[in-house]
Amino acid sequence: MDHDAYSNSYIRDVLNSTKTVAMVGASPKWNRPSYFVMKYLQAKGYRVIPVNPGAAGQEILGETVYGDLKSVPEPIDMVDIFRNSEAAGPIADEAVEVGAKTVWMQLTVRNDAAAARAEAAGLNVVMDRCPKIEFARLNGEIGWSGVNSGVISSKRRRARA
Amino acid sequence: MTQESPYGFETLAIHAGAAPDPATGARATPIYQTTAYVFDDADHAASLFNLQDYGYIYSRLGNPTVSVLEERVAALEGGRGATATASGHAAQMLAMFTLMEPGASFVAANKLYGGSVTQFMRTFQKFGWDCEMVDVDDFAAVEEALKKSTVKALFCESLANPGGVISDLEPLAELAHAAGVPLIVDNTMASPALCRPFEWGADIVIHSTTKFISGHGNAMGGMVVDSGNFNWAQNDKFPSLTQPEPAYHGLNFFETFGDLAMTVHGHAVGLRDLGPTMAPMNAFLAITGSETLPLRMERHCQNAAEIAHFLNTHPKVAWVSYAGLEGNKYKPLADKYLGGKAGSVFTFGVKGGYEAGLQLVESCELFSHLANLGDTRSLILHPASTTHRQLTEEQQISAGAGPDVLRISIGLETAKDLIADLEQAMAGA
Ligand SMILES: Cc1ncc(COP(=O)(O)O)c(C=O)c1O
Repeated sequence: MDHDAYSNSYIRDVLNSTKTVAMVGASPKWNRPSYFVMKYLQAKGYRVIPVNPGAAGQEILGETVYGDLKSVPEPIDMVDIFRNSEAAGPIADEAVEVGAKTVWMQLTVRNDAAAARAEAAGLNVVMDRCPKIEFARLNGEIGWSGVNSGVISSKRRRARA
Repeated sequence: MTQESPYGFETLAIHAGAAPDPATGARATPIYQTTAYVFDDADHAASLFNLQDYGYIYSRLGNPTVSVLEERVAALEGGRGATATASGHAAQMLAMFTLMEPGASFVAANKLYGGSVTQFMRTFQKFGWDCEMVDVDDFAAVEEALKKSTVKALFCESLANPGGVISDLEPLAELAHAAGVPLIVDNTMASPALCRPFEWGADIVIHSTTKFISGHGNAMGGMVVDSGNFNWAQNDKFPSLTQPEPAYHGLNFFETFGDLAMTVHGHAVGLRDLGPTMAPMNAFLAITGSETLPLRMERHCQNAAEIAHFLNTHPKVAWVSYAGLEGNKYKPLADKYLGGKAGSVFTFGVKGGYEAGLQLVESCELFSHLANLGDTRSLILHPASTTHRQLTEEQQISAGAGPDVLRISIGLETAKDLIADLEQAMAGA
């Protein structure tokens, strides 16, 4: 996988094959980026389970926070990492252990060694991207903010979910 | 990150940003002539106001017709995103508003549209923003000017108005980056059909869409396009993007929106608080115009080259400043940055100076005497008595707009008719 340039179809497949997201580094503070992303993904029909040892046992947006990935009592499709690039390494390894299908590292987060390990175990890896931005980009919403979606189509776009 | 599209420029000019209307299937982009947009419920409203969800709130911040043009121009420039404004001048103000603070400064080329010189040197002073003008052909002078700790940006025009001067973008981008600041390029005169500054390292592109992008002399507009490549957190020069924004409950734009930060800030703070929003009708006209941009630019340039050659050999013409002419100082830069073309706006001097110039302008029958450029119609102007009249004579000369200078913007008429008009006008001059 070329982690400098993902194709639209690769990202679309990842997002379409995901139902449950474990968000590592999810913050209970409403003005943090992770909170924005969690709320948005929930509105688009994803189940998002927050993981944050500092907030374990609390609730974020109606979901119980777990202390680590292994404590999450349900199957996880995607692990979305809101931590720095170094910390992302062991989290990606845990994602392999819990049987996730995708490791997703947020904007500015990139760990190529961990990505290679996860890919060798058969997982999809996306780095230095945001699933909220990518979902909006591929579904015609991001152009609403003047952003270049890179998507061209003569088909009528889906109306808002 | 800069967007590389698998599609060709002509395809992007017609399709980028403009899918069929989701509600009606209308194929042309509808003019959404509305001020505001209903919320689904209170929670949806809160999400929109908090920038947690995408959507329209109020047309000062965003409008569906306007955002089609934003995405269109962002795609044509290969940028990450764009913010449309009421005019080119508003775009310059909005871009600087994001980067500057009271007491901050920027470095600008001394060969600029006269209105920009006045905006930068006089009006921006009222915001506490200082501008130092330098000859951007002189790299040592640029490097020296960028050393000041207050400097936040380097600004130039790719193809400069009015003089047929071309900026050497690649080394200028390197100088700006070495100083930790973005290179901002006004690409109005070249348009993305001739020059894409991001490919040469520029970070932000400004347009007056009033000109070639709309192309028909009927709609004001401007655009701030962000490449998404500049790392705003590399130093502490850009607090609007890297520090918590009190008006959004401490939101940090660069952390939250990454390479979209400048574009989101342009709408959510710039347009919201300064208010220079593009009207949907003007966006519609610019969208329609942009579809033929590549075709029009080709003919604009072809006609301009013919007329430049005609003038260059005319006995009443003292000189022609057109980068497409052999021997012109900027010809190598036209080859490098503009695909060998030189645009359709240039200057020339008539023998007889100020008086002869004015008389030529007044004798034209086909060329329109007015202050605009990038129209289907051919235009002629005497900058020293019009667009550049606010400047001192010294500034006029350094901007390429001295007393004997005439500026023409060559339109899409039949070239021989334009030549005949200039011929008869000069016979009287
Ligand atoms: C190169 C250039 N930049 C900016 C502007 C300002 O644009 P507007 O008139 O749309 O405010 C102009 C207008 O003449 C221009 O020629």
